[in-house]
Amino acid sequence: MVAWSDQERSIITSIFSNLDYNDVGPKALSRCLIVYPWTQRYFASFGNLYNADAIKTNPNIQSHGTKILHGLDRAVKNMDDIKSTYAELSVLHSEKLHVDPDNFKVGPGAPAAPRTPSLLSDCLTIVIASKMGSGFTPEIQATFQKFLAVVVSALGKQYH
Amino acid sequence: MVKWTEEERRIVRGVWEKVDIDEIGAELWARALIVYPWIERYFGSFGDIFTTTAILNNPKLAALGKVVLSALDTAVKNIDNFKAMYASLSRQHYEKIKVDPDNFRLLAECITITIACKLRAELSPQVQATWQKFLSAVVEAMSSQYKLKKKKKKKSRPDQTWRKFSIE
Repeated sequence: MVAWSDQERSIITSIFSNLDYNDVGPKALSRCLIVYPWTQRYFASFGNLYNADAIKTNPNIQSHGTKILHGLDRAVKNMDDIKSTYAELSVLHSEKLHVDPDNFKVGPGAPAAPRTPSLLSDCLTIVIASKMGSGFTPEIQATFQKFLAVVVSALGKQYH
Repeated sequence: MVKWTEEERRIVRGVWEKVDIDEIGAELWARALIVYPWIERYFGSFGDIFTTTAILNNPKLAALGKVVLSALDTAVKNIDNFKAMYASLSRQHYEKIKVDPDNFRLLAECITITIACKLRAELSPQVQATWQKFLSAVVEAMSSQYKLKKKKKKKSRPDQTWRKFSIE
């Protein structure tokens, strides 16, 4: 069971309450597809992803990016039980989307190869950092990365 | 050998021009130690690094940040052949400091995030992609002198399995 201090809770809720999900979500997802192009394989049905401009203006990517942020919002509102909040989403990622389960392992024993949900959370971190500037202090970064690590771990839980 | 297009060289130099080594150097290790606290094990001689305030104000960490960024400066200015220049640095980290090479990747992430906070929207996806390609090359150069122990080859013995089935 993940424990959250009051300060950590307030950091996470404060970050998310200052976000425009329609802006940050699409930015994070399109950044992931541009910086880590192999992740495009999961979006083959989304239309034109042939270059950075196409990705940034692709309406399917934009609406999916917003959807991802709303998904994260559920974790923010249920920080004490992200694992069961995400049980259905984890099944979706394993059985429908077929995201490689190796991509969900975190910590020692995790594969050295790049991990897709971690890549997306890395891109989200960069988007938040560039938004908050010097306000994205080391402690805030540590708390945000802890939150995203719990989310990624919960997404990997239902694989069997 | 890593290949660089003219555009990529321009992007890396463009990012680097905006980096104030004093400013970014001071923040770099603070981020690494606060976000990845196990790195503390390498800093036994650095004094008080046990609270956020102590970390943020530790002069030895700030100085080491500048050392790291000066080494990065060498890589930016010698982008085609810094791997050879980094050999002795890599050997030092392997033989003397005994750093787990996975930590090079973590420090590179902290460098990128510190730069993202400074450059903000200027670190566009395409710029980030090129910058990260550069840092991956740096991480690889830093890991280049780490040796994997070769497994000893077992002497091959003649196949004896037929003995089990022979009729005496």
